[in-house]
This record gives sequence, C-alpha cells and structure tokens, in this order.
Amino acid sequence: MWRDAALIAGKDLRIEARSRVATNQVAPFAIIVLVLFGFALEPDRSFLQTAAPGLFWVAVLFCSLLAVQRSFAVEAADAAGDGLRMSGLDPAGIFLGKAAAVALELAALEALLTIGIVVFYSTALTGAALLLATAAVATIGLAACGTLYGVLAAGLRVRETLLPLLILPVVAPVLIGATRAWEVALGQSLDDGWKWVTLLAVFAVVYVTLGVLAFGTLLEEA
Amino acid sequence: MTRTERSPAKTGTGNRTTRLLGAGALVASAGVLYFGLVTTPADEVQGDLVRLIYIHPAVSTMAFVAFGVTALASLLYLYPRTRSWRWDRLAGASGEVGVVFCALSLATGSIWGRPAWGVWWTWDARLTLTALLCALFVGYLALRRTGGGAESRAIRSAVAGVLFAVVVPIDHFATEWWRTLHQGDTLATLHPKIHGSQLWTMLLSFIAFGLIYAWLMFHRTRLEQLESRLENEGLAYALAARRAEGAPSEPESGPETAPVSGPEAAAVSGSASGESTEAAASAGLQS
Amino acid sequence: MAPAVRLRSAVALLGGFPVLAGADLEVQMGEVVLLQGANGAGKTSLLRTCAGLLAVVSGSAVVLGCDLTLDRRAVRRRVGLLGHATALYDDLTVEDNVRFAVRAAGAPSAAVEPALIRLGLGGRLRSVGASRLSAGQRRRTALAVLVARQPELWLLDEPHAGLDAEHRDLLDDLIRDAVAGGAAVLMASHELDRASALAHRTVTMAGGQVLPARPAPRSGLPTPATDPPGAAAHQPAGISPPHDGFEVLEVAHVA
Repeated sequence: MWRDAALIAGKDLRIEARSRVATNQVAPFAIIVLVLFGFALEPDRSFLQTAAPGLFWVAVLFCSLLAVQRSFAVEAADAAGDGLRMSGLDPAGIFLGKAAAVALELAALEALLTIGIVVFYSTALTGAALLLATAAVATIGLAACGTLYGVLAAGLRVRETLLPLLILPVVAPVLIGATRAWEVALGQSLDDGWKWVTLLAVFAVVYVTLGVLAFGTLLEEA
Repeated sequence: MTRTERSPAKTGTGNRTTRLLGAGALVASAGVLYFGLVTTPADEVQGDLVRLIYIHPAVSTMAFVAFGVTALASLLYLYPRTRSWRWDRLAGASGEVGVVFCALSLATGSIWGRPAWGVWWTWDARLTLTALLCALFVGYLALRRTGGGAESRAIRSAVAGVLFAVVVPIDHFATEWWRTLHQGDTLATLHPKIHGSQLWTMLLSFIAFGLIYAWLMFHRTRLEQLESRLENEGLAYALAARRAEGAPSEPESGPETAPVSGPEAAAVSGSASGESTEAAASAGLQS
Repeated sequence: MAPAVRLRSAVALLGGFPVLAGADLEVQMGEVVLLQGANGAGKTSLLRTCAGLLAVVSGSAVVLGCDLTLDRRAVRRRVGLLGHATALYDDLTVEDNVRFAVRAAGAPSAAVEPALIRLGLGGRLRSVGASRLSAGQRRRTALAVLVARQPELWLLDEPHAGLDAEHRDLLDDLIRDAVAGGAAVLMASHELDRASALAHRTVTMAGGQVLPARPAPRSGLPTPATDPPGAAAHQPAGISPPHDGFEVLEVAHVA
C-alpha cells in the first residue's frame, strides 16, 4: 500500500512539475483572491488584519477545489483512469498517494498565501507552533476529503459543477476550526486554539480512514 | 388519499398501511392545530409567537431523523450481507423528505427569529448546523440525479450518505464551540418554560409530523420501487432488442416479438437489480 | 490446462444498456483469437469484460482462473488491455509513462529499456511529452508497456489502427512472440486480411453475442458476416448450448 502510494504521489507531483498548472494557474489565482478580498472589504488595514485568518482559509478552500479537480482531470484524459484500474494498484495506496500529492500542493500554496496576507493585510505572524500545527492537520483533512469526493464525482459528466456543491459544505468545519485556531495564534482571540487543532485532527483522521476504506469501491464506478 | 383510492393498488403507491397512516396524520395534525391555536395559552413573554413550538421542534427533529435513516440505510446498502435495493430506495426517499423537513425547519426558525430577535437569520449554533446539514443533503440529492447506471449511482450515493453522517458530529462541535465563544445558545434561551397542555400539544405535534414523515416515505419508496420495476422491464426488452441486432435481415424480430423466455429475462434483470421476485412477476406477465 | 477465457451467457451492462447480451467464448492459452463484427456488436465490451473493467451481471466469466463475478480486480495485473484510448498521461514523457505503468503493474523496471528499444522509442522519442506524440506513436508507447509487462492474456482493440506498415509488421511479431511464450491473445479488428493471418480462429460478434462459429482456416479470406446454414451444428463442444432458444431461432431464419 505504501509503495503504491509513493508511486502515485510521485507520478502526480511529476505531472504537476511538468505541466506547471499549480504554479502558473492556481498560485496566481490564490493571490488574486486575496487581492479581491481587499477590494471587496474596507482597504482599512486594521479591518483586513482582523479578517486575515478567515480570508486566508477561504482562499485555501478555493485552491483545494482546483487542486482536486486537476488531480482527477489528469486521470479522466485518455482513459488514464482505466489504466489506473488495470494496473492492479492497491486502491488504498492510490487514495493515499493522490491525497498526499494534493496535500503537498496545498502546503506550497498555503506558504504562498501566508506571504500574501503578510504583504497585503499587514498580518504579523505570531504563535508559529499553533499556526503550523493547524495548517498541517487542516491540509491533510482537506486533501483527504477532497480526494474522496473527487473520486466520488469522477466519471460523471457533471463533475466540475457537482464537486464544489459536495465538498464545500463538508469542509465547513475545517474553515471554522482553522480560522479560529489562527485567530488565537495571531492574538486576536483568547479561545483555546489547541481544542480546534484537535477537532481538525479528528476530521483528518476520519477522512483518511474513510478514504482508505471507500476509495476502491468508488474507483470501480468512476 | 382519494387519488390513491381511485387508482388500482397494483400500480398506485398507496395501500392500507398508507391510508391508515394518512388518516392518522390528518387527525393528529387537526389535533395540533386545534390545541395549538385554540386551547393552549399564549406565552407571557413571547405571546402568540410561542405557538411555533408546536411546529418547529417537531419539524427539526424529523429532519434529523430522516437524515439518520438515510445514513443507516446507506450503511446497510454498502454492507455486502445486507445489500439490497430496498436500502438504496429508503436512503433516497428519506434524503428527499429530509430536505423538505430541513427547509421547513429553517423557514419556521426564521419566522420565529424575525419578531424575537429582529433578524431573519441569526448564527445560532443549532440553526447553522441545520443549514449545513441541508446543504449536505442538497448535494446528496444532486448526486442521486446524475444518471449513469443504477448500481453505480446507488454505490456513489450510499458512500456519500455515510460520509455526511460522519461529518455531522464534527459539524456539531464546530458550530457549538464557534457560537458559544460569543454568546449563549440563543434558541435555548428563546424556548419558554412549557407545562401542562403545552407539553401535550407539543408531544402530539411530534406524533403528527412523525406520521407525515412515515406516510411520505411509504409513498416515495413505493414510487421508486415502481420506477425500478419499469427499468427492469425495460432491460428485458433491451436484451431482446440487443440480441436481435445480430440478425438485421429479420424485420419481424423486433423487441416486441422477440421470444425471450420469462424466467431467463427475470434472472438477468433480477441480478442486475437485485429483485428477482418482482422482475420474475413482471416478466411472467409479459411472456 | 485451464482456458485463458471462458464466458458463458455473460451479460454486461453499460449505463443500463446490455452491451453484452449473453456472450459465450472460450480462448485457450497459446491461442490467438480474432473478434470480428460490425460497429457496436460488442467487441470492445467483450475485451473490457475480460479485463475485469465491466461487471458481469449474469452468466459466468472466468479469466486466467479468476472468477470475474466474484472478483474483478485480481485478474487485472495479469492481463494487458490496449484500447482505443492509450491511457497515457499527456504531461509525462514516453519513458516516464512506460516506467510508471510498468512499475504500477508490479513488473520489473529492467524490462522498460528493452521494450522502448523494441518499439523504436529508444532514441529522441523517449523524452518527448505524450501530448506531442502522433496517434501511432501513442499506440507504440502503450504497446511498449505491454511488452515490458508480459501479461498472460493480451486484449487488443484494433491494434493495427494508426500504425505504419513497418510497425504493423512489428506488432505481428510481438503477438507471435507473446503466443510463443504461452500467452493468449484476444484481438478485435476490422483489418481481417492481416489479423486473420495471425489468428488461429475467428469468431463473429453481433448484438452483444458471439455467433456460433466454425473453426476458421488459416487463410486470408474474410469470414462471411452471416453464418451459413447449419452453423449451430458446428458449435465447439466447450460452448454451452443457446440458453433461451433465441439464437437457434435466428439461425433457422437464415437457413
């Protein structure tokens, strides 16, 4: 399973490295979203500063949608999905590999977005441990959940429009939890930040487990 | 219900159980209306607004029950030993009825909130959770309507049904912790002290909406059953037509005259749909 | 020895449509069988069923000893399917594609290099992105995967399409090598001249079924599309009799 996962993750990352869709399209999109929030809200620095954690995670959610769509568009072209099924790879390994690739892409985008909120919203980064822990568990949860719903919608003619409808309500607790935890880390709230990290970790564990269990069944129907 | 009585039971969606349920639901609803609007007193603080307590809690509860039924039926469908189309139909029907109850719950909640808080919507934890659940199941119903093969659709939607159920507790904690940070549970503070006739009327409203849910479910699953039987019969014809393609020179061997034997067609459509008895009955009729 | 493929009254659905409507077929190890039939007769579906991609909802299907009605996954590593689509990733190079597919199938990486050279992909082409390949080059890349994987059953869907004369001859050599190595080959083709010269026998499909067939002589002559009278009497002993009398009726009409 782990060998298969490494093989799939390596393949997906190699495709991203060659096609540069993530760097040439998704990354600029993420930055544009940040700038648009600036236009939509008051350009008053203090307001943007307050809203920064929420805006950051909303931008991450949008990027995760794009990353998941891309991850399964690659398999849909030229019946590559058939190739994946015919390879006899362990479906759990395929799930973990694809989710890992999406998670790594998201982590890179989050690093970029962090620079974005520092530059555009004048966010002062504090509480590094809580920031990083939150980002790690939230990213794993988003990637696992996105990959699972990606294969759920794969092979459907309407998958591009169906996927956001399926994913966004499901990842709502990730948006709530990650935003609260970041507010704590950035000193905007006196809540218990680690409580939220725990919730995000539960979300991640649940979706990684469900993905390992259900991916094979869904891949057959894709 | 007059409609179901007029049409023959064979093709209609009603039977004695549904008529009984329907009558019970009507009587209970009439009781709720009478007690709720006439005999029970108005609240000291909220006035007549309190009468929403005979609708809103029952409707919300039934929405959650409906989604619970969807999740349970989905799980039973996915578990190989209990895999049956019955569970797929039950999950789909309950999801549809659940979305209706969920929408009613949000609407009555808003109607209650407008005079009480002065706003149509408040980010109350429970209200937010209900809205999230509603969004989840709108997605579930969209997934059920994407077409494709029946079995593929059933598996996809069953997995989705289970996934949604798993995320609900997480949603619960997220919304609870999020809102209690800023304020108390507003809806709980809104709930007045109830006693005597109010309590009995509220209990009756739970019975009434429970009966309505059961009545809707019976009709909806029965409808799905008839639809799938139609598909099965279609498959027997499709098989005959498909085989007839092999002999294009024979104009008379169309799907209607193709002699597919009853049991064989039934076995095929039965294994494709998991309902050999139903399909056998229909195939037996047609041959 | 157990047959490579044994289908009995196999029914397979695609979106509710019966693409296979009770197909019977037996292919022995070391045998090349040519599938022919009009467009939409079910040739591609038959190949995909044998590959474990389409579920058999009725009847039986045993491929390489695996019962496909119970488990469609186990057989996949052991069969090679070359379809209309080549299952290549456009953003990867020829070599990356072959290497990934071979490693995914659990075949040794050492087999990649000889396979690339055999298919004429050893030179400049190996580092070209798959999106810039011609149809014939894509097919050769997909064939390189099969050569490196050495599957026990080759399922080829129009394998000659898009290839130039030189590589058509090469493909024929590859098929002969595979069979010499003990593999079975099931091939759908419209190029009957070339394909029937390779095949030990030809079977005809129509309406999602395999028509009762005569043993085809090793001649370049195309088999007639409609079976002659009395074809049912020539049925190989291994194939079960028509299950609902329908085919018999059709043959009787032709007679």
